[in-house]
Amino acid sequence: MVKFSGLRVLKEGLTGNTGWSPHWRDPEPRSEYDALIIGGGGHGLSTAYYLAKNHGMTNIAVLEKGYIGGGNIGRNTTIVRANYFLPGNSEFYSHSLKLWEGLEEDLNYNVMHSQRGMINLFHSDGQRDAFVRRGNAMVNQGDDAILLDREGVRDHLPYLDFENTRFPIYGGLYHPRGGTARHDAVAWGYARGADQRGVDLLQNCEVTGIDIENGGVRGVQTTRGVIRARKVGIVVAGRSGQVAAMAGLRLPIESHILQAFVTEGLKPCIDHVVTFGMGHFYISQSDKGGLVFGGDLDFYASYASRGNLPTAEHVMEAGMTLMPMIGKAKLLRSWGGIMDMTPDGSPIIDRTDTNGLFLNCGWCYGGFKAVPASGDAFAHLMATGRHHTDAQAFRLDRFRTGRGILDEEGTGSQHNLH
Amino acid sequence: MRLTCPICGARDRREFYYQGDAVALYRPAPDAGVDAWDDYVHLRDNPAGVRRELWQHEAGCGAWLVAERNTTTHDVLSVSLVTDGTERGA
Repeated sequence: MVKFSGLRVLKEGLTGNTGWSPHWRDPEPRSEYDALIIGGGGHGLSTAYYLAKNHGMTNIAVLEKGYIGGGNIGRNTTIVRANYFLPGNSEFYSHSLKLWEGLEEDLNYNVMHSQRGMINLFHSDGQRDAFVRRGNAMVNQGDDAILLDREGVRDHLPYLDFENTRFPIYGGLYHPRGGTARHDAVAWGYARGADQRGVDLLQNCEVTGIDIENGGVRGVQTTRGVIRARKVGIVVAGRSGQVAAMAGLRLPIESHILQAFVTEGLKPCIDHVVTFGMGHFYISQSDKGGLVFGGDLDFYASYASRGNLPTAEHVMEAGMTLMPMIGKAKLLRSWGGIMDMTPDGSPIIDRTDTNGLFLNCGWCYGGFKAVPASGDAFAHLMATGRHHTDAQAFRLDRFRTGRGILDEEGTGSQHNLH
Repeated sequence: MRLTCPICGARDRREFYYQGDAVALYRPAPDAGVDAWDDYVHLRDNPAGVRRELWQHEAGCGAWLVAERNTTTHDVLSVSLVTDGTERGA
């Protein structure tokens, strides 16, 4: 396997780029593995990578019904941040951001992690108080947060509409280590790293059944045949309900649609990740120049991978309210991702009542930044049977018992309100 | 996406509030136990296909509605009033 380096890029550039090889193999499924990961998205691939790297479990396979990186990891708004404030979430996302900061070295892969800083704007005294509290929680966790007043925001973001009388900008919470990363490269880097360590990445391999005997998992039925294993991890995001049902599980999850939008490529104009506090709108500019932005869910359950006009209009209106300059940009494309929404807006990384069957889901619409720590924690759980220290709050039974509910936004138990 | 309110006729999605799965109509007794309440508040069948949902014509007549809708195509197959008597009261 080729090791990437500046020197190597130079050499290949001078010799016609003939020395590159595929990033991963395309193996035939074996009849049995030590563990199976259902789902070849960001979380599944990072789980496989850390199982192999941290726990020496290399006789494992990732089962992907489509192609590697073709799901939500290939369609998201790429934001990486650690600005949660509830204990349970806070340490987890802090851990994830630290993994992000070492990821390119670790994977020998350019994931274009760009810590350009994130600014959450606030527009009232009450919102300022909430952000002060959040900022203090972030600092207490050991992460970074700086409270900006109106002029401080203007220094960073002079292009905002500071004359807006209905939604005046009072200030912002600045998270300098927040930023973005290249989503596809994250999938490819983890896939390559897992493959290098012997993990089989099985594409076009849809799981159609989960075999359970005497209360323990024994393997799965797939479109490429029966594959046996004593440990199976379900990491399938919006499709969690269907795959879990194969094991007789009913989950606290409802799948919803989240739209996002990209404009034509523009010269650099938006240097940070910016969020509007008076309408759900967030935006950053990709390295290719496109403005990448999104907002709320469509709010009704959906597997359609496309949304409807009301939410699209709301997002555009919020964007134009905040930064009228983007009105001249032409929209290139939009898409809808299927989000696994939980009743408290926080994820689930846990074992199930079936021995050897593990569950990683419920990332709502914040899963991208969690990819490294989610894989690390899920691999830890699958390999050792114990919860990772930084992810032990993500229990499945917190809903049933009511103990340890992690409602970061305090919006109640309705799945679509987080 | 448009829903046909039995009282007001076909209206844009913007006029309606989505509450969730129609399980919301079947509130258990206070002493029904932890599992019944977990089913009611948290657990969902979450099908990729036709499901029954509870909506309200919030910006119209205010009626609570049960819609049968396909989650993979957004087709609305039927809309009826919760108070039609075919449903138990919320």
